[in-house]
Amino acid sequence: MAIFPPQANVLMNAALLGTFAGGVLLLLSIWVVPVIGYNTEERFAPEQPIPFSHKHHVSGLGLDCRYCHTMVEKSSNAGMPSTAICMTCHSQIWTNAAMLAPDRQSLAENISIRWTRVYTLPDYVYFDHSIHVAKGVGCTTCHGPIGDMAMTWKAQPLHMSWCLSCHRDPAPHLRPREEVFNPHWRRTPSTPSGEELMAQYRINTKNLSDCGICHR
Amino acid sequence: MAMTLTSELPAAPVVAPDVTLASLSEQVSGRVLMDRAPLWWWAGFGFSFTLFTLLVIQMAWLFVNGIGVWGVEIPVAWGLAIAEYVWWIALASGGTIVSALFFLTRSPWRSATNRIAESMLLSAAPCAGLMPIMHLGRPGLFYWLFPYSTVMGVWPQARSPLWWDFICLIYYILMSIMYYYTGILPDLATVRDLARSRFKQIFYGVLALGWRGSSEQWRNQRTVYAIMSAIMAPMVISVHSVVGLDFAGGLTPGWHDTQFPPYFFFGAVISGTAVIIMLTIVVRWGYGLQDVLTAYHFNAMAKIMLVGSVMLAYAYVWEAFGPIYGSDVAQKTEFFQRAFGFTAPAFWSEKILTVVIPQLLWLPAVRRSRTLLFLISGGIIVGMWQERFVFTTSSLEHNYMPSYWGRYYPTFWDWACLAGTIGLFLTLFFLFLRFAPIVSIAEMREVIEEERSK
Repeated sequence: MAIFPPQANVLMNAALLGTFAGGVLLLLSIWVVPVIGYNTEERFAPEQPIPFSHKHHVSGLGLDCRYCHTMVEKSSNAGMPSTAICMTCHSQIWTNAAMLAPDRQSLAENISIRWTRVYTLPDYVYFDHSIHVAKGVGCTTCHGPIGDMAMTWKAQPLHMSWCLSCHRDPAPHLRPREEVFNPHWRRTPSTPSGEELMAQYRINTKNLSDCGICHR
Repeated sequence: MAMTLTSELPAAPVVAPDVTLASLSEQVSGRVLMDRAPLWWWAGFGFSFTLFTLLVIQMAWLFVNGIGVWGVEIPVAWGLAIAEYVWWIALASGGTIVSALFFLTRSPWRSATNRIAESMLLSAAPCAGLMPIMHLGRPGLFYWLFPYSTVMGVWPQARSPLWWDFICLIYYILMSIMYYYTGILPDLATVRDLARSRFKQIFYGVLALGWRGSSEQWRNQRTVYAIMSAIMAPMVISVHSVVGLDFAGGLTPGWHDTQFPPYFFFGAVISGTAVIIMLTIVVRWGYGLQDVLTAYHFNAMAKIMLVGSVMLAYAYVWEAFGPIYGSDVAQKTEFFQRAFGFTAPAFWSEKILTVVIPQLLWLPAVRRSRTLLFLISGGIIVGMWQERFVFTTSSLEHNYMPSYWGRYYPTFWDWACLAGTIGLFLTLFFLFLRFAPIVSIAEMREVIEEERSK
């Protein structure tokens, strides 16, 4: 008596093919899953205690980035504005807006507003805003069209490969110092070239992608 | 007749004269198809599995608490785990040498022992592979060794022998699995044909991949097997040499030595053959395969072991000669510390076990005595373990700066790791013994035919 019916061959071939296809699918997913937007949270705008609009304040009213993010030129952390900074204007205008109730409560109780972080870096990554600003990396290079965002969303994946893409070749990402905080800056024919800026800022790429630059 | 390993034993048959093709198939398949395993199998498997659970407990404890549960500490960051990695991979490599190298030389004694060698190697390779992963500070990230750069944008360091080693090990294990499977395919079909229960017919039928024994299938199988042997034989030498480069690439006195790659290969020849002899003696006794595994086989393998021990003696001479003749004070200091310091007992007993005692194998009477062979082989395996332990830890204990010297004491969990991997090894081997033909029926048929035509 035969052990296997004739269709066993088809089954076996299907099983082998399926195993192979499954393996390929697994490899593909290992490669693809980490880079899809759902995992990197790109274009994701979390809810905030106050629906603060950069579009209104920056593009509309023309506030400078540094007006609120006061530490960005001096410190690793750009700094979130204190309630008092909000109140420089909002003690005068929109004083009764329901939207700003958490702001007034914060002032009254002297407890900071807890904003939801949009850009999160792991603890083992050392990142310093001041050095990037000082070397001509503009706000929008990493934060995307922040001046046109109604709600703040994440514009970049923050993968190590993304960091390295600039650390290995900074020239195309640099701009003149006076344009760093310009939310709508575009390179024009009169802009100094990336190489010129590299020389001007004395950027040395020799050790810019060393492990210890970011993993201290 | 050309001078061969077995030429002085013309009277000893490769296989007993009363073994026929049918009786061989029945005898070997019968061990796989029997409904109840013999008591000695259960005893051995139970013991092995108990040790294996110790490995699981050890790994859980290690992964929860971190690598500090072992005795490794700066300056000795490579402890038992790395020494045992080399030890295990050498045992595995020995299996490939017996199986692939002596297939190419068409040695008749290889036909009955190659399956034992390959089963041994497939049992030892996982033990070897586990060691470096357990030894990582963050074992969960071992997959970073794979060359993919989806999110990090960096590739593994291709100039590091450690990475070559990883690549070698992966290919070696995959090749070994395929080599084993290619060789066992006709035997699985024999087992399928002799199986009576429906479940076993289907189980071995699926594994046999529809093998019918047509001349075309045979031709393909023999061609593929010969090509794989021709790849495996040089590959195992390079794999084990790269393990040697792990050490030789390190700027540590006692490691930084050009002789390491061949030195490791010599160790693989002797320790691999030793473990195959021990397992062959056990299998022969347990499964009553005296007709198939004869004095002829032990004589040949004992000579391989003797050759291995002589090659190792040569390496030991250079181990001493290099530092003493050279001008490097650190090398010299390290060697004298190794030979006469803390590790002296292990250093000297290792030389006795792996080089001095095996010289008894020059005597034909010793090669004929299975008890003596078993003891000498066991001694060699223990001695090789000591050798790896000594050069791994002693070199790190005596680095360039005397202020940086330190001691390495294995903890309970180090020893649990050793015992546990022995458990894993034996567990896997007992499973091979129970569920797969442990002697190559197909190749033995050829040997029987050749013997008959003499």
